[in-house]
Amino acid sequence: MADRPVGLREPGPPPALEVEHLVKVFPGPRSAGGFLAVDDVSFCVPQGRSLAVVGESGSGKTTLARMIVGLERPSAGRIAVAGSARSWRRVSSAERKRRAREVQIVFQDPYSSLDPRQSVRRCIEEALVLHFDLDRAGRTARVEELLEQVRLDRRHADSLPKRLSGGQRQRVAIARALACAPKVVICDEAVASLDVSIQAQVLNLMSDIRNETGVSYLFISHDLAVVRQVSDDIVVMRRGRIVEAGPADRVLDAPEHPYTRRLLAAIPRPGWRPAPSQEEVGTSS
Amino acid sequence: MAILHLEHLAIDLQTAGRLRRVVHDVTFRLAEGEAVGLVGESGAGKSLTSRAVIRLLPDGARVHGAILMEGRSITDMSRESLRSYRLSEVAMIFQDPRAHVNPVRRVGDFLTEALVERGEDRKKALEIVTGLLATVGIEDAERRMRQYPHELSGGLLQRVMIAAALSISPKLLLADEPTTALDVTTQSDVMVHLDAQRRGRGLAMVFVTHDLELAIAVCDRIAVLYAGHLVEDSPAAHLHEKALHPYTRGLLASRPSPTLRRERLAAIPGRPLSGLEVQEGCVFCSRCAHAQERCQKERPVLRELGDARVACHRAEELLEGGRSGGADGAEFEVRVGDRG
Repeated sequence: MADRPVGLREPGPPPALEVEHLVKVFPGPRSAGGFLAVDDVSFCVPQGRSLAVVGESGSGKTTLARMIVGLERPSAGRIAVAGSARSWRRVSSAERKRRAREVQIVFQDPYSSLDPRQSVRRCIEEALVLHFDLDRAGRTARVEELLEQVRLDRRHADSLPKRLSGGQRQRVAIARALACAPKVVICDEAVASLDVSIQAQVLNLMSDIRNETGVSYLFISHDLAVVRQVSDDIVVMRRGRIVEAGPADRVLDAPEHPYTRRLLAAIPRPGWRPAPSQEEVGTSS
Repeated sequence: MAILHLEHLAIDLQTAGRLRRVVHDVTFRLAEGEAVGLVGESGAGKSLTSRAVIRLLPDGARVHGAILMEGRSITDMSRESLRSYRLSEVAMIFQDPRAHVNPVRRVGDFLTEALVERGEDRKKALEIVTGLLATVGIEDAERRMRQYPHELSGGLLQRVMIAAALSISPKLLLADEPTTALDVTTQSDVMVHLDAQRRGRGLAMVFVTHDLELAIAVCDRIAVLYAGHLVEDSPAAHLHEKALHPYTRGLLASRPSPTLRRERLAAIPGRPLSGLEVQEGCVFCSRCAHAQERCQKERPVLRELGDARVACHRAEELLEGGRSGGADGAEFEVRVGDRG
């Protein structure tokens, strides 16, 4: 199952993101072979689609995201964005910028992912200055367009992050990501720390943005309910490996792997009672 | 008599050199063996309320109203009685077990500390906690007790915390987001033990959580807090069909479901207000789709309605409307994002 990429590979434009046989080994003990954080992971995200990588702590989902965005170097495997493969040799800074433009990331914690001394406007402008040749008026117009896109009031443009709520900060992070007009936005638990009423707003916003811009999403999440709401395809990871993959409705309505079933069964919902998840007790030594 | 009785509890905290009210009005009674879920979003005051019950508030905090444990005022307790209260009647489980355990002492020492402090023989204390570890699903108790906290996973350590709480045979358990930091399967593993032990021992519990579904699953009643006010107190079993307060309905409707994909989530507009931002009128009216002129001027008092209590001027009306209108929360206005 692990080597079958999910998501339909249709004729036509190349997928927004393609990952093949990706491996990451961190150096260190575990019988001197190092720690295998990501083990032979393959999937593909067609343009304008949304794929979720689901897993619990230690599943390797965050390491996977960091490799795709270029913060971590894969030990083996291939990552291709819009049909062009990433090489891990030294590249020119222009090439580096081009890559950054294609893949953007929104992190979990909007309290630590924004510069506290930078206003919302400057935060977004910084991305525009780096990547586009716009004059001042062009930048101002683009900032306003982006704020509109994330439904942030224009009057917040000159605020510092400390004056914004968690939900507003996460909107700024999304606007900053969208500033580069990326092919793929990686959302690494991007709604996990938001209050439930704000989480719903941001999830609705993200689906609106996808409809408006055709951007593809890679959601990294532990929350199957959130995932059902925002993704077309799901990859379930456990201990670095894909245990199940397929269309979201199929995986969630008729899960095949026992681990997926356990994850689903553990989510509180109407009529739910806590039950042992059949995890072997005492796996940590 | 209620085991715990909070009467118009209000809490002021020191912020920037002056006292400001964070919790405004929380009133509820908890019967012996009963579990209440304190549910709300950030700034609602749910953690502070639970901490006030064990007198663990930040320095300089001021408490108004009454907190009575079997009729005795907790706010008036002397140092000595407070100490004995914490050693024998009430126990607390926190969100982050690692922040509430001494990292350089062995698990066994931590577990027996309260019992030894209470004058129990050390050997007897060890026996008691070994048995308790087994009841929370930790089989190799003796090995675990020789280990240090860092050698245990988060889920295992949280079960150790539950065993520690049970060790003093309390009458009341306070649990503040005890599984929020855990993976969802680990949460289920921890909750199954917490729930079974609580029911088996007939313990009363105040369960603080942002997860309404989790609270409904393990509590008898749900008390919903918003901006430092208790706005609804309803039996957990009926909440899905008969939530009385628009905020409770909004909370239920905004959470995505693992079994059903919705076209759009019924998001509540605006953001949750904290107790510091309360203005006149109903505390929720700035986000409420049903707010009328009266709601903006007059703060609704908490009143009884059937077997529940609610602080909403229009509760009966909305309940009727909900019955004829069908699905819960469906009448909640769906807006695209917010600008608040």
